[in-house]
Amino acid sequence: MNKNKKKSHLKNTIKESFRMSIEAIKDNKLRSILTLIGIAIGVFSVVGVMTAIKTLENHVNSQLDILGSNKFYVMKEPALSFQRSKEYWKRKNITYQDYLDLEKLAKTPHSMSAEMATYEDDISYKDKELTKEIKIYGATFWSVRHHQFLIDYGRSITDDDIRFNRKVVILGPDIVDILFPYEYPIGKKIKIEGIEHLVIGVTGKKGEMFGENQDYMALIPASTFTQYYWDEDESNVEIVLESKSQEELRKTMDEIIGHFRVIRKLKPSEKNNFEIVNNKELANQIDGFTGGIKLFAGAVSVIALLVAGIGIMNIMLVSVSDRIKEIGIRKAIGANRIDILIQFLMEAFFLCQFGGIIGIVLGILVGNLIGFVLNVSPVIPVDWAFYGLFICSIIGIGFGIYPAWHAANLDPINSLRYDK
Amino acid sequence: MSFIISLKDIERFYDVGGEVVRALDGLDLNISANEYISIMGPSGSGKSTLMNMIGCLDTPTNGTYEFENEYVHEMDEGQLASIRNRKIGFVFQTFNLLPKSSALRNVEVPLIYANISKKERIDRAKESLIDVGLEDRMHHKPNELSGGQRQRVAIARALVNKPSIILADEPTGNLDSKSGVEILNIFNQLHDKGNTIILVTHEEEVAKNAKRMILILDGKVKSDIKN
Repeated sequence: MNKNKKKSHLKNTIKESFRMSIEAIKDNKLRSILTLIGIAIGVFSVVGVMTAIKTLENHVNSQLDILGSNKFYVMKEPALSFQRSKEYWKRKNITYQDYLDLEKLAKTPHSMSAEMATYEDDISYKDKELTKEIKIYGATFWSVRHHQFLIDYGRSITDDDIRFNRKVVILGPDIVDILFPYEYPIGKKIKIEGIEHLVIGVTGKKGEMFGENQDYMALIPASTFTQYYWDEDESNVEIVLESKSQEELRKTMDEIIGHFRVIRKLKPSEKNNFEIVNNKELANQIDGFTGGIKLFAGAVSVIALLVAGIGIMNIMLVSVSDRIKEIGIRKAIGANRIDILIQFLMEAFFLCQFGGIIGIVLGILVGNLIGFVLNVSPVIPVDWAFYGLFICSIIGIGFGIYPAWHAANLDPINSLRYDK
Repeated sequence: MSFIISLKDIERFYDVGGEVVRALDGLDLNISANEYISIMGPSGSGKSTLMNMIGCLDTPTNGTYEFENEYVHEMDEGQLASIRNRKIGFVFQTFNLLPKSSALRNVEVPLIYANISKKERIDRAKESLIDVGLEDRMHHKPNELSGGQRQRVAIARALVNKPSIILADEPTGNLDSKSGVEILNIFNQLHDKGNTIILVTHEEEVAKNAKRMILILDGKVKSDIKN
C-alpha cells in the first residue's frame, strides 16, 4: 500500500515536472532556444556525420557487390592512396601489349579484359552529332561482361574484331536515342573523330554508377582503339581479371603476379613495380578510411556535446537563480527536496531531448543531402538516432544534476525573502 | 483542553559573524483549535523567527514544538515539507504567487505535492477559488489581477489542502485600505467557519481583528491579551 502510494507519487511528480518543465521552457523562450541550438548542433554533428558515412558505405558496398568479389586488377598504382608517392608515379605504364602478353601466359583465370578508355566529342551520324563528349572504351572479348554491360540487341565484340582491327562499335542506349531517333542503328556507320565505325550492338539501360552515366558510352575493339585513339606513351591500361571461384582467387592472384613479374622482367630480389588489388581489399581499405573519419568525427562530436552540456548546466544555473523565489514558494507550500530536484532535472532533460530531436532530424536530413549530392540512396541511421537520444538524456541528467541539486538544497526562508 | 500547537521553552539562536543572536529566548505559546490570534512586535523582536517556527520553515535550537501530537523539533526537511503541505496554509505580504501560472494553477500546486489526482485537484482548487469569490478569475494570471484579488488567490491556495492553521504574515501590508478590509473580512468569515488563524502584523488596527493578541519582545511573549 505504502509502496504503491510512493510509486504513484513519483509518477505524479514526473508527470507534473514534465508539465512544469514545458511551462518553464515556454516562459523562457530565447534562453531555451539558445540552449536547444547548442544541443542540436552537438547531436547534429554526431548523427549527420554518421548518416553521411553510412550512405557512403552503403553506396560503395553496393557498387563493389555489383563488381563481384572474384575480380581483381593489375594496376600501375594502388586504387586508394593518400599520398601520391613518387615511387608509384615513376613506375612504367601498363600497356596493351603487357595485357596481350599476360593473356598468353595466364591459364587459371576465368576471364580477363583490358580496361582502357578515353573521351571523344566528335561523334556523328549523317546530320546528327553529339554535343557532349562520350566515354569510349577499348574493349577486349570479356570487357562487356566485366563492365556488366548487357547487349540489348545486335552482337558483342568478338576475338576476330580484335584480331583484324575491325572498325565496329557497340553503343550505349542514350547515344542511340540521339543519333538514331527514327532508324534501326545496327548496320549503320557512325563517325568517331572522322573514322567510320559500323554499329554492331546496343547495350541495355544501366543508369549511373559512381556518378557516371553508363548509357552514354561506346565500345570499340581494343586493337582498333589503340590504333586510332590511344596514346601508348601517356596512357595506362588496367587489367581486369576474374578467378573461377572465390576459393581460387588467392591462387589465381599469385599466379598472375608471377606472370606479370616475368613480363616486367623483374629479378627475384626486386619488388613488384605494379599493384594487384581485389575488390575485397578495396572494400577493406574503404572501411579503414571511413573508420578513421568516424573516429575523428566522434572526437569532434564529443567536444561539441561537452560544450552543449556545459551550456545546459549554465542555463540551468541561471534558471535556478532566476527562480529562487519560486523555489521558496514551492517549498513553503509543501515541495520537498526530491520534488524540486526532479522538477529541475526534468527541465534539463526535456530541453536536451527537444534539442536532440532537432539535431537528429537535421543530421539525418543533411547526411542524406550529402548522399543526394553524391547520388546515393538515402538511409535513416536508426541506431545513431537512438544513440543520439541516449546521449542527450545522459547530458541532460549529467549536466542538469548539479543545478537541480543546488535548487533542491536552497533554504526556504531565505528563498522566500529573496528579491531580484 | 488540548492544543493544536504547543511551544515549550523555545530557543532559536543564530550565529551572525561569531556573535550569537538570541532571536527566540525561552518562548512558550499554546494555541487551541479555532482561535484567531494576532502576533505583534517591533522589528528585531523575534516575531519573524516565531512565524517561521510556527510555519515549520525553521526548527528550534532548543525546546519542544508539538503540532497536533507531532514533534516538529525532531523532524528532518522532508517531514517538515510534508507538515507544511498538510497542516499549514501560508498567506504572505507579497502574495508569493507563481507569476506565470493562472490563479487555478497556483491554487492547484499544493495538491500536486500532496499527491492528489488531477481531477480532484482541479475540483478542489475551483471550489477554493469560489469560496474567496474569484469564480470568474480562475484563468487569469497574477499580473492580470488586482492586489486584493491576488491575495484572495493566495488565501484560496492556503485553504485548498484543508490546513489545521492559516498563517498570515502581514496579509494587508501591500494592499490599499479597501482591499485590506476585504481580506480581513475573509479572515473573519474563515474563523467563523471554524478555522484557526494566526495573523502576524505590526499594525494594531489589523491585530485588533483577532480574538487574542500576543506581543513579542526580545524573543519572549511580552503580553497575551484576549479581546
